[in-house]
Amino acid sequence: MTFQWDWGFAFQQLPTLLQGLVFTLEATFFGSLLAFVLGLVWALARLAEVPVVSPLVRLWVEFVRGTPLLIQLYFLFFIFPSYGVTLPALETGIIGLGIYYSAYASEVYRAGIEGVPRGQWEASLALGLPLRRVWGRIVLPQAMRFAVPVLGNFVISMFKESAILSTISVLELIGQANIIGAETARYVEPLTMAALIFLVISYPAARLVRLLEARTGAA
Amino acid sequence: MRYLAERTLGDYLPLLLQGIPITLELTLASTVVLVAAGFVFGLGRGSRNRLIRWPAGFVVEVLRGSSAIAQLFWAFYVLPYFGVELSPLAAGIAVLGLNGGAYFSEVVRAAFASVPKGQTEAAIALNLSAWFRLRRIILPQALPIMVPPFGNALIDMLKFTALLSLVTIQELAYRADAIRSVLEDAGPVYSLTLLIYFAMALALSALVQWLEVAVNRWAGRSTRTGRKAGPQERSTSGVPRWAFGR
Amino acid sequence: MRDVTMRYGSRTVVDSLLLSVKPREKVAIIGPSGSGKTTILRLAMGLERPSEGWIRIDGNYLWHVERNGALLPAGEQQARRARRAVGMVFQQFNLFPHMTAMQNVTEPLVHVLRLSKKDAHDRAADLLTRVGLATHLDHRPAQLSGGQQQRVAIARSLALRPKVMLFDEVTSALDPELVGEVLNVIRDLAHTTSMAMMIVTHEITFASDIADRVIMFDHGHVVEEGTPDVVLRNPQSPRTKQFLKAILER
Repeated sequence: MTFQWDWGFAFQQLPTLLQGLVFTLEATFFGSLLAFVLGLVWALARLAEVPVVSPLVRLWVEFVRGTPLLIQLYFLFFIFPSYGVTLPALETGIIGLGIYYSAYASEVYRAGIEGVPRGQWEASLALGLPLRRVWGRIVLPQAMRFAVPVLGNFVISMFKESAILSTISVLELIGQANIIGAETARYVEPLTMAALIFLVISYPAARLVRLLEARTGAA
Repeated sequence: MRYLAERTLGDYLPLLLQGIPITLELTLASTVVLVAAGFVFGLGRGSRNRLIRWPAGFVVEVLRGSSAIAQLFWAFYVLPYFGVELSPLAAGIAVLGLNGGAYFSEVVRAAFASVPKGQTEAAIALNLSAWFRLRRIILPQALPIMVPPFGNALIDMLKFTALLSLVTIQELAYRADAIRSVLEDAGPVYSLTLLIYFAMALALSALVQWLEVAVNRWAGRSTRTGRKAGPQERSTSGVPRWAFGR
Repeated sequence: MRDVTMRYGSRTVVDSLLLSVKPREKVAIIGPSGSGKTTILRLAMGLERPSEGWIRIDGNYLWHVERNGALLPAGEQQARRARRAVGMVFQQFNLFPHMTAMQNVTEPLVHVLRLSKKDAHDRAADLLTRVGLATHLDHRPAQLSGGQQQRVAIARSLALRPKVMLFDEVTSALDPELVGEVLNVIRDLAHTTSMAMMIVTHEITFASDIADRVIMFDHGHVVEEGTPDVVLRNPQSPRTKQFLKAILER
């Protein structure tokens, strides 16, 4: 089979792909937001060592980390309607991504919080700072210095992995590319372009995070 | 034989369970590719020769930057146009393994870089051969560092094999989806599938823990890596008991 | 402190200690490393809960409440009340790394004593000036030398005006040339304030300068106590003699 790359065709499809990119970015943004919030909830619930609750949260986090995102998404996608919840596919996808990554984020938060030197807690205690202040002003800010670059990497991973939402009919980048491919019987240009768009965005973003890592690491 | 509408998950259970060995084989195969690629890319990126370092860096960045799912579809739909006729199976394993290997290369590179230069220099000063230096001095210090991240990579591979269902490979996820479409009741089949994956992940974790002990023993390191602080030791970090107001 | 015992697992670090510090009194605690001196201060600060015995500070029990003449165990709430009267300076400074010197001092003033921002700022500036850091108010801990960090930590504790100040080997983590500046600040403080002080130190001269009473502590027990003249210059116990000899020869 001989093949010729058609630039005209590639650029003609670009607007459609960029429409898909908007969904990709939306899913990444809201998914990250959900993951960061939920992750902190899991982390605190585990650290608090509440009987029954903390072990359950631990099991939950392990479970989410130990199972494929694809099946988790299918589960949500097909289960929500049977409980009468009708969510658009994108929202379902955001919830799925958010939960999946929250399990990873919780480990980062936990490591960050546990990494705060004991002396910081003791100094806070010796000064009589109220507990909310200790968490809000002393411990979490220091934990975040550690967590932010890692969470930044999660955002980039989520950006790339959000392509999986195409399997639950979200028309993000890959979803659009597949549709173009099916309609025109030309897969090469749309899929290559889609992969390049991922690369063009995620590579500089990864460099940025590495810079951030180097800065917080040095300080 | 019951009518289609009366069938339950039980009828399809064997079909589902037959996916387990397939998924495990796919995991194993892609992990082999992952480790090989990880070492090739990792050593390449750590090379002093720019003609090796730069291409290795380029390939790794492209693999890491352009989404595993995009690569999978690309290998499935696009490669044939370039005359590369891979079976979906080969393409899938290659994509997963290379993608994972791109990430693992960083682990390999960092592990080798973490062995102090003085180790090599001392070994050279002692007139030890290059092979001996690698096998008895460098690897025993580098390999143990790689094992825990390898464990994560292995679980990632397990989970990523589910993506191969998208390119017609009939592993666990594929079968789950097929059964769901027949039963038209997603709950039980997906719940069971998630549990099966979780059980496999736990089993693989246990395997990696065993591997950690074995590698440490081979490297002559203490096998008790996760040493617990004794009662008289005061930990220098960690959350105190009163942190939650109790 | 009465009958205070502290165990970690099977190891008894402080054994049935009876120690009382009078208002204004300056007590120096000396002894070899690992003898449990630091644990005494950590117990007094309420960082650790004693395995046995009770601790009372300025009329408040740290881990107990008195009801009908009986002592009942109490929790963190009660400890918080009692801790108000105590301040502590740590070996490792424990400054908050993400705050400036100024913020380190004002943070507890605003959020514990509930001073207005302005009052807190004034008090902090005043104290930081007193410890010789008037020009470093907006420096972060990473930009300060160890000696400067420790002086910020002293100012931070002083700002809360505790009745008792605890100093835990405050110069051990410092380079030798920085020890003097910190000791001078404490010396000054000892001579000018009415606070009681408990000082764990290896600086024998410093201890004899400021202490009203010196306690030699080893293996969880008080080996010897008395005025600096007795304990440091004319020790009775062979254990103290040996310890002082070892220190002076260093």
